[in-house]
Amino acid sequence: MPDVKDVGALMSVTYDIAARDFVRAGEAANKLKRLLQQLGLDPAVIRRAAIAAYEAEMNIVIHSYGGQIKVDITPESIEIFCEDSGPGIPDIEKALQEGYSTASEEIREMGFGAGMGLPNIQRSADEFRIESTVGRGTSLQVTILHEAGE
Amino acid sequence: MQPYFHSVTLETENCKGCTICIKRCPTEAIRVRNGKARILELRCIDCGECIRICPNHAKRAIADDFSLLSKYKYTVALPAPSFYAQFSGQDMSISRILQGLLQLGFNAVFEVAEAAEHVSLAIRRYIESSSIRPLISSACPAIVRLIQVRFPELVDHLIPIHAPVDIAARLAKEGIMRKLGLRREEIGAFFITPCPAKVTAIKQPIGFQESWVDGAIPITTVYARMLKVLPYAEETPGLQEASSVGVHWGRATGEERAVRVPRRLAVDGIHSVIEVLEEIEVGKFHDIDFIECQACRGGCVGGPLTVQNPFRGWVNLEELTRDLPSEINPEVAAEVDKRWEEGFYNLESEIEPRSILKLDDDLSRAIEKIELLEKTVQFLPGLDCGSCGSPSCQALAEDIVQGLASEGDCVFVLRDGVQSLAEELLELARQVPGSISHQETDDKTTPSRDGREE
Ligand SMILES: Nc1ncnc2c1ncn2[C@@H]1O[C@H](COP(=O)(O)OP(=O)(O)O)[C@@H](O)[C@H]1O
Ligand code: SF4
Ligand SMILES: [Mg+2]
Repeated sequence: MPDVKDVGALMSVTYDIAARDFVRAGEAANKLKRLLQQLGLDPAVIRRAAIAAYEAEMNIVIHSYGGQIKVDITPESIEIFCEDSGPGIPDIEKALQEGYSTASEEIREMGFGAGMGLPNIQRSADEFRIESTVGRGTSLQVTILHEAGE
Repeated sequence: MQPYFHSVTLETENCKGCTICIKRCPTEAIRVRNGKARILELRCIDCGECIRICPNHAKRAIADDFSLLSKYKYTVALPAPSFYAQFSGQDMSISRILQGLLQLGFNAVFEVAEAAEHVSLAIRRYIESSSIRPLISSACPAIVRLIQVRFPELVDHLIPIHAPVDIAARLAKEGIMRKLGLRREEIGAFFITPCPAKVTAIKQPIGFQESWVDGAIPITTVYARMLKVLPYAEETPGLQEASSVGVHWGRATGEERAVRVPRRLAVDGIHSVIEVLEEIEVGKFHDIDFIECQACRGGCVGGPLTVQNPFRGWVNLEELTRDLPSEINPEVAAEVDKRWEEGFYNLESEIEPRSILKLDDDLSRAIEKIELLEKTVQFLPGLDCGSCGSPSCQALAEDIVQGLASEGDCVFVLRDGVQSLAEELLELARQVPGSISHQETDDKTTPSRDGREE
């Protein structure tokens, strides 16, 4: 575990995500979920974090050349930072639309590529930022507040 | 009310401390300490996996027996559909099975299968009224408890509708009260149960205060007595009322087919259920309306308190329902419509999450414990051998962090410890000045090992 402790983060974990590794895909999200459960966070918050982390992880597996998910637990929130190197997203607005996907036929046959990942991440997040540079990679930041709607 | 009632209990005398059960338990609720298994009551969901796997029959289900019948003026048997599946043969029929129950001393019978038809229709109504997906059946009490303790995020996916046995007890008692003018307390309703989970659900219900069911007698107990009376039990018109739709609840897929919403599936076997719930937790299966989940492989015909092999039970149900109507009686459907409006089928209170994973109530303490946990896991060999009495190295690490075990419980850590202790001793021994005679032998002829000269 790297010792990068952001100011304000009570705890920080990093997961490496390998591209195209469908056997291990989803493991990071599962580990994160278990960790949040051990911390005793609110079930609804855990659910949203698990969904966001899972979709982000799958996007790194499917669409990038590999990357990392770093999660900070702060007193107010769960911050999920995702960064990958990869082709990037040329039209972010389009990518955020429900049902939009560039996943190959082969990926779809595996049951992925419904084009709901980014919209679901957005729906789970209290704050959501996405940046992408074509030819270089994509980064996401997802904030989930412990006490939503307050 | 006592803190937790559990039907599944340990017979300490029979336990050899073999650790076979600890790995099979879906909530990691068993530890072996000081040579004996212990069930952690906050974690146990009464699924009965340990009863099935224990080679020494040290796990037992506490349930009721026939002696309880004498406490009531009037008794009604509530046979689970899986009870029928225990019987087969050329002229076997559900009607004869029900007649057999009367001969065992019950004053009346009410088929849980009939209540299952009510519940199927109520579940369908509930699914139509809810936007949560996927919705998960709450009919199997082991699954309800599994979700509470291990998947607390999913409690609101559980359908808050009573299980068939509770509806059966209520319908039966209300009918008898009306017909015979008896008071509710004078009637005893007894479920013939395939599992300890149902015993627990009756003694300590979730989502409502007090069950209408007064006792749960294992199928295994009733079976032996039935074999004696069945030869004399005749086909009796009017006893058997449920259609095959209700009776098929006794086996996996029965419920899902009875509920009959467009997108649905059935999962049986608690370890398969866990796999599906893990996927639901990360947002999958949201395109499915309804999931039937049963802790036992094959459904209730595979219950820990059944007699027949579940595959055999499956076929028996097929044969017993061959001549039954394959649709729910429209009169039942009309009654359900009426009672649905009255809220008859709804649970009274929410199903609460009850996570067993939380390390501490205080967040910063929990974080400290996680850091300690990481370090402890690194220290352990990662073999998950179970010799320490915890189900895995991870689980031992959690036990250590929670102060329930120590590193020395790991045989490998202990061995390394003993080894370095031995080396230290040896080193010390070398530093101690030797005796004269010892020095002599050391310098000159060394005798062969057994002391004989060559
Ligand atoms: N990390 C990423 N790198 C490159 N492209 C991405 C990444 N994440 C998402 N995309 C693009 O955005 C589209 C929509 O993503 P998403 O909503 O998750 O749907 P899906 O993954 O099912 O295609 C993807 O098809 C892909 O073109
Ligand atoms: S599947 Fe049926 S028999 Fe098995 S635990 Fe659940 S309710 Fe009991
Ligand atoms: Mg995606």
